[in-house]
Amino acid sequence: MANIPQRVIHKYLRHNKKFPHVWCAGCSNGIVLGDIIRAIAELNYNRDGITMVSGIGCSSRMPVYVDFNTLHTLHGRAIPFATGVKFQKPEQKVIVITGDGDATAIGGNHFIHACRRNIDITMILINNNIYGMTGGQYSPTTPTGDRATTCPYGNIDPTFDICDLAMGAGATFVARTTAFHAIEAQGLIKQALEHKGFSLVEVVSACPVIYGRLNRKGGAPEMMMQMRDNSVPVQAVAKMSPEQLEGKIVRGILRNVDKREYCDAYENLCTQFKSKEEASK
Amino acid sequence: MSKKNEKLNEKVVEIQPADTQSADTRKVVLMQGNEAVAMGALAAGLNFYAGYPITPSTEIAEILSSELPKRGGKFIQMEDEIASICAIIGASLAGAKAMTATSGPGFSLMQEGIGYAKITETPCVVVDVQRGGPSTGLPTKPSQSDIMQSKWGSHGDAPAIVLYPHTVKECYELAIRAINLAEKYRTCVTLLLDEVLGHMREAVKLPDISNVRIINRLKPTVPPEWYKHYDENQKYLSPVASYGEGYRFHVTGLAHDALGFPTNKASEVATMMKRLKCKITHNIRDLVQIESYMMEDATIAIFAAGICARSAKAAIKSAREYGIKVGLLRPITIWPFPDDAVRKMLRDVDTVIVPELNEGQMIHELQRLTKDKGDGKLIPIQRTDGEMITPSHIFQVIKEVH
Repeated sequence: MANIPQRVIHKYLRHNKKFPHVWCAGCSNGIVLGDIIRAIAELNYNRDGITMVSGIGCSSRMPVYVDFNTLHTLHGRAIPFATGVKFQKPEQKVIVITGDGDATAIGGNHFIHACRRNIDITMILINNNIYGMTGGQYSPTTPTGDRATTCPYGNIDPTFDICDLAMGAGATFVARTTAFHAIEAQGLIKQALEHKGFSLVEVVSACPVIYGRLNRKGGAPEMMMQMRDNSVPVQAVAKMSPEQLEGKIVRGILRNVDKREYCDAYENLCTQFKSKEEASK
Repeated sequence: MSKKNEKLNEKVVEIQPADTQSADTRKVVLMQGNEAVAMGALAAGLNFYAGYPITPSTEIAEILSSELPKRGGKFIQMEDEIASICAIIGASLAGAKAMTATSGPGFSLMQEGIGYAKITETPCVVVDVQRGGPSTGLPTKPSQSDIMQSKWGSHGDAPAIVLYPHTVKECYELAIRAINLAEKYRTCVTLLLDEVLGHMREAVKLPDISNVRIINRLKPTVPPEWYKHYDENQKYLSPVASYGEGYRFHVTGLAHDALGFPTNKASEVATMMKRLKCKITHNIRDLVQIESYMMEDATIAIFAAGICARSAKAAIKSAREYGIKVGLLRPITIWPFPDDAVRKMLRDVDTVIVPELNEGQMIHELQRLTKDKGDGKLIPIQRTDGEMITPSHIFQVIKEVH
């Protein structure tokens, strides 16, 4: 007995190869993959017109499972590869799948410059606060004081606020949600895909097997409940005191503005030569 | 078969002396090496360039930033060299003929991406206008210290195709050839230049473009459901689709099977590694070009590439006036190395002088091909102080060994 969401998923997954997937039981990556597929299905995009690009890490294994043009690249470098695809073929809908370490540590430079250029790429950043694939080392988003295999006495590093970073660098659509809020995530991803310019959706996620275990956060269901209880919609923030906001994940659209998109700007630059050529004919 | 007429696996290219072209009506232009690279690449159909400024290669980016928008091509200045190599690979997968240019420090940063282009069999060209190293070294001085980096720079085993011009005209021709070979062999081709060649201006007559063969990558003719991105039935050179053409293939830097999906299976990994190797080693005659200059009667040979070959030719002319039988063997393709031609040279002559602007990267290859590592037979001339090896320096060595 097939229900509707399953049929949608099956239309967009590669069924010829490579299952089961690599993700641990309780990992949020599968939920986010479902969110992305349902968003794309609702938008009714042609699969040939989508290129999904990723770097290295747990979340970056996502492209191999989906039936789009897919590109699994180097650690931290998904954005420059995606920039090459998008700039060459602006008609492609380019989605970057990345994680906290991939995008903000090794790939931090590319991340801020893609925001600055405002190139029409949708970046979905699955933030699990840890390097999962290598077994649990601290990332730029591991909360200060938490444990990882390379900070056994507690993390002394301050953390990045990824959305602040993107907004500071000039991204024109920035949103955050959690893996628990699947319907909200689906809606935000849909809006990000429809946005013209660089868009970021940060999905705070659960890594119960490594981060959760090292920090006694409980199993997958407990971590889901924590995401529900520790997050607030952006609309509620105005009414809350700084003390109440301490440690809270702010969800929703944090920025949505229109600015000139990079490929359009280049196309515009080239039109002067086209018009000269036509005039000379 | 006589020794002198032995058939080589590599191709000997006839280099026309400038004065034989006096009858033709093509315009003589004054052109810089870097400019010739940019114009050659455009002639070969280059339509995507991503780069980051670095001396002494920057003119290539400057010229292409002016030319590509006029021709419907794409130019983008990236945030660093790592981003540049990644962007050209992405663009190539979307169908572009893509190139970047850099120098030693940037070439080091690009190595991971170059390995990615090789394992994923994505056509692209990297121009490395070499400068003195290590590290920041000598940005405006010549050096040939990236000869080994261009072969072994990226981790893992994947053969390299590296071309090395010695004149501005050849910069133009080899830029075309680099893009052609990248398209044909689905790999990253490196064009090595010397700093002095990149910045040197020479009067050149460029080849008539309508007579130059331009190679475009083979496109699949099968329906998408039959398509294999690395088809094992195609003698290592299989057709390649681009993103957005309905084929929806997967590309990964992980070891992969014929469809491009990751694999750990020993037999599938072995097939992939064999493919990377054999597409080069089975096509040596197509890939490897050498120039043989006054070698017919030579008892002393000079083996030199790039700008050192220019000094060598001048030294040979002087030595010939004294009746010394000396010639030059010049690799135009340095990787794969012209093993056959070098073996023949080592048999035919008494002494081989090897001038190079590094501490012996090229001479290692000659030692590999000689008995007793060429003891007594190979005479090195090495310089790494940022200055050229002059014709008079080489001439002195010729006189000493004569």
